[in-house]
Amino acid sequence: MSTMAIRDTTTMLRRNLRHMQRFPMMSIGTIGMPVLMMLLFVHVFGGSLDTTIPGGASYVDYLVPGILVMAVGAGAAWTSVNINTDMGEGIIARFRTMAISRYSVLTGQALSSLLNTVLSLALVIGVALLNGFRPSAGLTDWLAATGLLVLIAFAFTWLGIAFGMGAKTVAGANSSALPLQFLPFISSAFVPTDSMSSGLAWFAEHQPFTPITDTLRGLLIGTPIGDSGYWAVGWCLVLSAVGYARARVLFNRDPSR
Amino acid sequence: MAITATGLRKSYGDHVVLDGLDLRVEPGTVFALLGPNGAGKTTTVQILSTLITADGGRAEVAGHDVAREPAGVRAAIGVTGQFSAVDNLLTGEENLRLMADLAHLDRREGRRRTARLLEQFDLVEAAKKPAATYSGGMRRRLDLAMTLVGDPKLIFLDEPTTGLDPRSRHAMWQVIRGLVANGVTIFLTTQYLEEADELADRIAVLNGGRLVAEGTATELKRLIPGGHVRLRFADAHTLDLAAKALGDSSRDDEGLTLDVPGDGGVHQLRALLDRLDDAAVDVQDLSVHTPDLDDVFFALTTERTVRR
Repeated sequence: MSTMAIRDTTTMLRRNLRHMQRFPMMSIGTIGMPVLMMLLFVHVFGGSLDTTIPGGASYVDYLVPGILVMAVGAGAAWTSVNINTDMGEGIIARFRTMAISRYSVLTGQALSSLLNTVLSLALVIGVALLNGFRPSAGLTDWLAATGLLVLIAFAFTWLGIAFGMGAKTVAGANSSALPLQFLPFISSAFVPTDSMSSGLAWFAEHQPFTPITDTLRGLLIGTPIGDSGYWAVGWCLVLSAVGYARARVLFNRDPSR
Repeated sequence: MAITATGLRKSYGDHVVLDGLDLRVEPGTVFALLGPNGAGKTTTVQILSTLITADGGRAEVAGHDVAREPAGVRAAIGVTGQFSAVDNLLTGEENLRLMADLAHLDRREGRRRTARLLEQFDLVEAAKKPAATYSGGMRRRLDLAMTLVGDPKLIFLDEPTTGLDPRSRHAMWQVIRGLVANGVTIFLTTQYLEEADELADRIAVLNGGRLVAEGTATELKRLIPGGHVRLRFADAHTLDLAAKALGDSSRDDEGLTLDVPGDGGVHQLRALLDRLDDAAVDVQDLSVHTPDLDDVFFALTTERTVRR
């Protein structure tokens, strides 16, 4: 990155942070859904789900890594809506006619979204601890888990940006990012995949949320990770690249009328 | 040349917006692109300011090809569009500071320019309020002030006064005149003839994606016949007498008027009245009509066959 790109990205990041600071409720709102799911699954379904968890872990410990991934998905949906709204503003047209680093609008948004998602993850972990979450992770595990969460958030942020830019309306942006919040249900996030019917189990085992959740779970509560770690990192890199490339293409499209 | 364009074309689906547009704008002048809604004015600005690409043709702005060297064009221009390009969530001051940062000015210079522009555009009191709370006129002023932060040599103003009240419109004109005095080239689009007449050195009339006329305001007015002296009479008999005495004229029997072509100058009027006196005809009423840009505009934009 050239110095101009860094400077312009910092300027755009400052702009986005100021937006968030002015409407904090909008960004805090993203943790509502994952927290609600956590409370629902721990306190309503948790009692009967405890028995299905292999290795005798408590259900809340099993669940929280999945909820964290879900929170990242919710952050992506927020990003999608946010960039869609912003792209409709006249000032974006102004940016496009200025001698600035072309994609700084996007990278600035990505960084502020990433920050927002990481903050919301910290809040979700706080709520989880209050609800009986007792991770066995040591310091290095926590560092690795944090690194992985940031990587997931990075990938999902770029997907969210691509979805938001591809959608014609704000409502469209919201619904196009919906799979990111819905797919955790068909993964190992809530229940082990081997309890699902065979077709669904196959899908669940091969979609990105499962290795990502399994890796995170392994780091936090010490369940076996196996080769999930490579899959998780691989998926994140692929999804980041796809999201970023798609966002660039969409940004270069004629912003016609 | 500040701007040259040849054969610019742009369509959206089947809808042809620009159909071979040629333009030349000299540095340091105000060029007005005049036309009704949907004529292609905004599309022209969007292409010249590198916001969108043309389907065909070439354009150079500030010495750079818009398609191949957009960065060079962007470094030289400022754009104030028809739709407000301010950040509604930021205050007026923050908007200007944002522009200063993106213009890569150092902190002190950025702060200095922001303060000067807030002052110049009468926004000091509103500086700490979010732009979302601004009135239409204030937004337009902030918008233009933001364009000026980077000190552009060439400014595109797409309908800068549409929707403004007369006072704000005149204030905007003053600002534009000030810029021109400092050597800035202005490319202005407008649907107001008065605005083009007031500000522009050269005016091009755009209709249906093509230029239908180009020239100074005076040249354009000359394109249109229609200067005449209108005489009104008390009855049909006097109208008859006058028509006979004056010869070349067109009469309206119902309105009892006679239109005599001419510039309506003192000489023509004196000669006209002398001849009527000689024929002992009483004139009830006399008025002079000179063609204004409105006549030009209507003639050119309704009858597409009229060309220079």
